[in-house]
Amino acid sequence: MTILPFLAAGWIFLAGVHGMVTSRNAIHAVGCLAVAQSSTYVLLLAVGFRRGGTAPYFSDTSLRTRVVDPVVQALALTDVVVGATVTALLLGLAMQVRKRHGTVDPDALTGLKG
Amino acid sequence: MSRTARIRLFWAAAVVFAVAYAAACTGLPRFGTLAHPYATRAVAAALHQRTANVVSSVNFDQRAFDTLGEESILFAAVLGTIVLLRHARDERTGRPRPGRVLPSTRLLGMVLLPVTLLTGVYIVAHGQLSPGGGFQGGVILATGLHLAYVAADYRVLKRIRPLAFLDAADAAGAGAFAALGLAGLVAGGAYLQNVLPLGTFGQLSSGGLVPVVNAAVGVEVGAGVIVLLAFFLDQAVEVRSPEEHGTGGGG
Amino acid sequence: MNGAANGAVDEYLIVVALLLVTVSATAAALTRDPVRQAVLLAMLGLSLAVLFTLLQAPDVALSQLAVGTAVTPLLILLTVRKVRRAPGPRNGRDRRGDGARR
Repeated sequence: MTILPFLAAGWIFLAGVHGMVTSRNAIHAVGCLAVAQSSTYVLLLAVGFRRGGTAPYFSDTSLRTRVVDPVVQALALTDVVVGATVTALLLGLAMQVRKRHGTVDPDALTGLKG
Repeated sequence: MSRTARIRLFWAAAVVFAVAYAAACTGLPRFGTLAHPYATRAVAAALHQRTANVVSSVNFDQRAFDTLGEESILFAAVLGTIVLLRHARDERTGRPRPGRVLPSTRLLGMVLLPVTLLTGVYIVAHGQLSPGGGFQGGVILATGLHLAYVAADYRVLKRIRPLAFLDAADAAGAGAFAALGLAGLVAGGAYLQNVLPLGTFGQLSSGGLVPVVNAAVGVEVGAGVIVLLAFFLDQAVEVRSPEEHGTGGGG
Repeated sequence: MNGAANGAVDEYLIVVALLLVTVSATAAALTRDPVRQAVLLAMLGLSLAVLFTLLQAPDVALSQLAVGTAVTPLLILLTVRKVRRAPGPRNGRDRRGDGARR
């Protein structure tokens, strides 16, 4: 249990990158990028977890309550939303590639075309 | 590079990464460790600024400059997608047919739509107190609006979605964040310094700059995601490329 | 706040959620068909949201739930629909998925 979450994050990252490297479809590659990206959230939140800690809000709890690390949560939080818009940008690129070259297979794209 | 060479390179790199990463993991503090120096300092700073939600305090006060950068990436990504997906000269717009919707689905959608939008606004507004804030609330607002597509059809969605206004709102939200930072400079402090009155701990008006920046981010994220989905829906549902009408011609 | 027994139960739940995340992420990366991948990505988003809640990060869970289960799969499905509908200049008339909505 002591390092299991960290190893799981590494496994998810490698699975996502493997999917991207072997992909024959740009849309599929973007999905694999989303998988690889989610490994960073798992790693960040696993690093910030504190045994017996509660969520870092003091609305109705004592100010002395033991809480988990809020800094890594803030990092992961913004990236989840920003990552989605970057995914949209990449999918837009895939649509354009399809429109101009008639394929979404990255291996079928040879050289630059005007 | 050929496909097989690329995959071989990947496996070589993956083995190196796996070994080095596993070795690094054994050197990390154990999972669930009690020693979190950053957490201790961040919580103390948030309580000092009278913000009950420490995550919001980190995002919009202690590390506000970093969030300004993230938010600019978001804005640039939305802008880039709009530029990529705008109509080309040789594309024609087809009229989508009205779909048939079950009465129960329509009723459920019409009930859920205002509830979801209200939840989104609540989550944006209470970001300094409870789990929530501009990023999550904005996404919930944007996805909630698309219940209209599920419950009615595309034309109803288009009617309740003023795109020109949302485009402007997206830019205004992004600009407002940067402009709010100037308040710190005007008051003689640093850029994005929290100089507004901090209010009472646990009240809706607490946190000074945090709820204001939260609202700006909520507007930007909400408008940005709606605009993104609008352009994707437009491409997928309406736009016909010229070849589809059998007129031929390269793309 | 949490008793020792309570904490132990939490940790078992975290392991279960972690396994769920790992399995759905692996499945999503191994699937070749983008449509099926979109469904698996939605499942991954859901299990990530559960894991984040157990790791005491409701903020992140909330945005992961909205983004991971709704926005990202929807964007992928819309892109697939667009790409499969328009026949390209090179591939000829590949009309798969065309009869779905006309």
